[in-house]
Amino acid sequence: MKRLTLSLTMATLLTACALQAPPTRPVMQPQQAAPRTLTIMTHDSFSASEDVIAEFERTNNAKVVILKSGDAGSTLNKAILSKDAPLADVIYGVDNTFLGRALAADIVEPYNSPALADIPDRFKLDPQNRMLPVDYGHVIINYDKAYLQEKGLAPPTSLRELTEPQWKGKLVVQNPATSSPGLAFLLATIAAFPEGSAYDWKQFWRDLRANDVYVSPDWSDAYYAQFSGSSGKGPRPLVVSYATSPAAEVFFSEGKLEEPPTGNLEGTAFEQIEFVGILKGAKNRDLAEKWVDFMLSRRFQEDIPLQMFVYPVAQTAKWPEVFVKFGQPPAQAFSLTPEQIDQGRDQWIETWTQLVLK
Amino acid sequence: MSPGQWGRSATLRARPQSAIAPLLIASPALVFLAVFFAWPLIEIARVSFTPSEISRGATPLTVLRDPAHLRALGFSAGQAALSTALTLLAGIPIALAFARYRFAGQRLWRALAVAPFVMPTVVVAAAFSALLGPRGALNSALQTAFGLEQPPIQLMGTLPMILLAHVFYNVAVVLRLVGGFLAAFDPSMEEAAAGLGANRWQTFRHVTLPVAMPSVGAAAALTFLFTFTSFGVVLILGGARFATLEVEIYRQTAQLLRLDVATSLAIVQIVVTLLVGWASARLETRAGAPLAARPADDIRRPVNSPAARALVAGSLAFIILVLGLPLATLAWRSLDLSGSDPLRYYAALSENPRGSLFFVPPQTAIRNSLFFAGATATLAMLLGVPLSYAIAQGSRSAAGGAARLAQSLDALLLLPLGTSAATLGLGFLVAFDRPPLELRTSVALLPLAHTLIALPFVARALVPAIRALDPRLREAARGLGAGPLQALRYVDLPLLAPPFIAAAIFAFTVSLGEFGASLLIARPEYPTMPMVIYRFLGQPGALNYGQALAMSTLMMLVTLVSVIAIERVNEQALSARKA
Repeated sequence: MKRLTLSLTMATLLTACALQAPPTRPVMQPQQAAPRTLTIMTHDSFSASEDVIAEFERTNNAKVVILKSGDAGSTLNKAILSKDAPLADVIYGVDNTFLGRALAADIVEPYNSPALADIPDRFKLDPQNRMLPVDYGHVIINYDKAYLQEKGLAPPTSLRELTEPQWKGKLVVQNPATSSPGLAFLLATIAAFPEGSAYDWKQFWRDLRANDVYVSPDWSDAYYAQFSGSSGKGPRPLVVSYATSPAAEVFFSEGKLEEPPTGNLEGTAFEQIEFVGILKGAKNRDLAEKWVDFMLSRRFQEDIPLQMFVYPVAQTAKWPEVFVKFGQPPAQAFSLTPEQIDQGRDQWIETWTQLVLK
Repeated sequence: MSPGQWGRSATLRARPQSAIAPLLIASPALVFLAVFFAWPLIEIARVSFTPSEISRGATPLTVLRDPAHLRALGFSAGQAALSTALTLLAGIPIALAFARYRFAGQRLWRALAVAPFVMPTVVVAAAFSALLGPRGALNSALQTAFGLEQPPIQLMGTLPMILLAHVFYNVAVVLRLVGGFLAAFDPSMEEAAAGLGANRWQTFRHVTLPVAMPSVGAAAALTFLFTFTSFGVVLILGGARFATLEVEIYRQTAQLLRLDVATSLAIVQIVVTLLVGWASARLETRAGAPLAARPADDIRRPVNSPAARALVAGSLAFIILVLGLPLATLAWRSLDLSGSDPLRYYAALSENPRGSLFFVPPQTAIRNSLFFAGATATLAMLLGVPLSYAIAQGSRSAAGGAARLAQSLDALLLLPLGTSAATLGLGFLVAFDRPPLELRTSVALLPLAHTLIALPFVARALVPAIRALDPRLREAARGLGAGPLQALRYVDLPLLAPPFIAAAIFAFTVSLGEFGASLLIARPEYPTMPMVIYRFLGQPGALNYGQALAMSTLMMLVTLVSVIAIERVNEQALSARKA
């Protein structure tokens, strides 16, 4: 016990030193071989702490190169296009809305990482472990607390309520054809109002359109230019965003806010799970396996929340305080299987475009 | 200045030339375009039209049977034509004011007019929304003044908003190209017309405009293609209900992975671009007449008449209201007015409290951006100047291979501007995946791709001016024993300084504002200012938004300073009297 306490103290001290020390490249021992390069292909939103990556590089005598390849869809498509001459060893950031396409394109190899033991089965959507879950989050509608209070409006309690007259012109969504949260929200509505039911998703979107829903091309424009609850002070009080956005508002206010200025609407969420996989033809398969293990280890998992504002999948990973207080996941979320999504996606987007934009 | 110049130009043009000399001069640029433009396109077309899971048999002919695609083509062309007309309408008087009159702060005003060119669309959209949106400054003021319940101005998400934004972005093209051309050429014919009793409108209509027509044609072609392939402006300010071909290509590429459809649509775009290039090349050569040139400073007069005052005041009012106000809104919003330190977001740019791997100190982003922009400008000028001479001199001969070659080169050169960035980006991915050109993830790809876009600008700024320069001046210099380079140094450069400066500034700013990450595979080792802005805009929170606007404001300042510096340095280097 004493040794544990001691090592914990040491670890804390080391971490503190690492945080204060200016970022430096790890110094290689002269007798060591030159570090091997591990290349990771990912989307533009990927982020991690410098010292976490440095730790991996040090332990494995590796140099990590990150290739940012556009949004999640573009990244996957670039990986598919270059499958005969892979750009990287690992791809990270394919989510459950694109998982089916990634598996069908046959670009990733199975890896039964021992670290999977710490991850709940509900996240393991690929039984062959070609794609391993890393983190999850919820696309959900955020509302502007001050705006609603000023107008004497109670937050809507269901998706259906958004079609009522008091919410006319107040909701901003993203175009599912150009935006990943936009696609996730469309999927939420398809799960909520299934095809063939008396009131189906198509009718819901017709009603939303009649109620002047605003369609943004991407999350940044929706959140900053259109949503009234952000620093951009747009005109509309409801926006499709993430369940962690209210926590991020507190975190990035630098102590000015004690409470989030925005809240989440229960009953509007869709769960997104992000995956990592080893690319077929990876030059450093063994190093790639180490990286996958590392991403699923507590060290990386606990780094995820404040870097990417999503939840780690590992059960033992601790959450930062701001997540515990303001970033709790919604009580329930809509979901569809990767097979359903893969079969329906293109047609759903086409139909949505006809219904809402034409 | 004898009026006989007009008559004699016909003899100067009539000499047929072979195509070999111009071809040789143009060869570096042609090789560059073949390797970095034609080849990637051919490769992506090969992949796209080989049947596979990403290709299901669409062709350029079949995609247009889909009414949605036909509508996108119609909308792209229609809004581009309208945008171009409005931009010319606003830009030509401003160009005239800057070319013909001398007034305080001229250089700063002209630099300010270029600043919109580099601004990221998301940031500009936020500025327009802050000014003209339902809760924007203008609507709030009107509502308070007239006690209105509803905001009276509903511009967001409408066609007029798209047009306004296109004018905002492209006025600089007209100001620089037409203004640069007019500033290099003699106003004595205008004076003669006035002496013969023509009023100002008649002088403008029958003298100034015909003389400037080659540069107007060039500016129109560039503006048309820029707006024809508009992506961000239409997506963000148009509010998703409008779709250009470029938006549809992105959708088919990034989301649906239907490369056959995407590449087919890209080919349709290329065909339209060729038509535009051909039309503008014809307009430029038909109208071009050689004029004697005088240095720009000799030409500008003081603002001495009521009409001149109205022209200059109107131009400055336009720059302040349409270009300056949105930019000022951005700068204002980059200040933190809630705390004790209004420059908090600027200070935060240099902090990395979360120890993020992707943290970029602002000076690094500025340095990288300037480096890439400098490399792009250098490469584009090295390739573009000889190319422009080849085109201009080739097209002077009335017959022969040279004229034909010059005209087709002139038209072909616009192609990179009219080619979908999404398609070309994938072309790089499949074309450069093996040695000796294993460039897919190389840092060099960024300035190379930027040069593709900059080259048409350089040529469009230079060709009309070179063509219009009286060749007897150069011949006289050669007759006195000057070599070709000396003639260039002591005759062309001093007289054509404004178009040369315009060319360099465009090449530089095209690179500065270009957000290459969606097009190429970005290596985070060399982040540029636009990349930093987009990273901040990807996460919620006051600090992220504030830092994005702070970085945008810095980018504006960097643009202003660079543009002014380029002008000063070049003017000094090119000035005849100091040589």
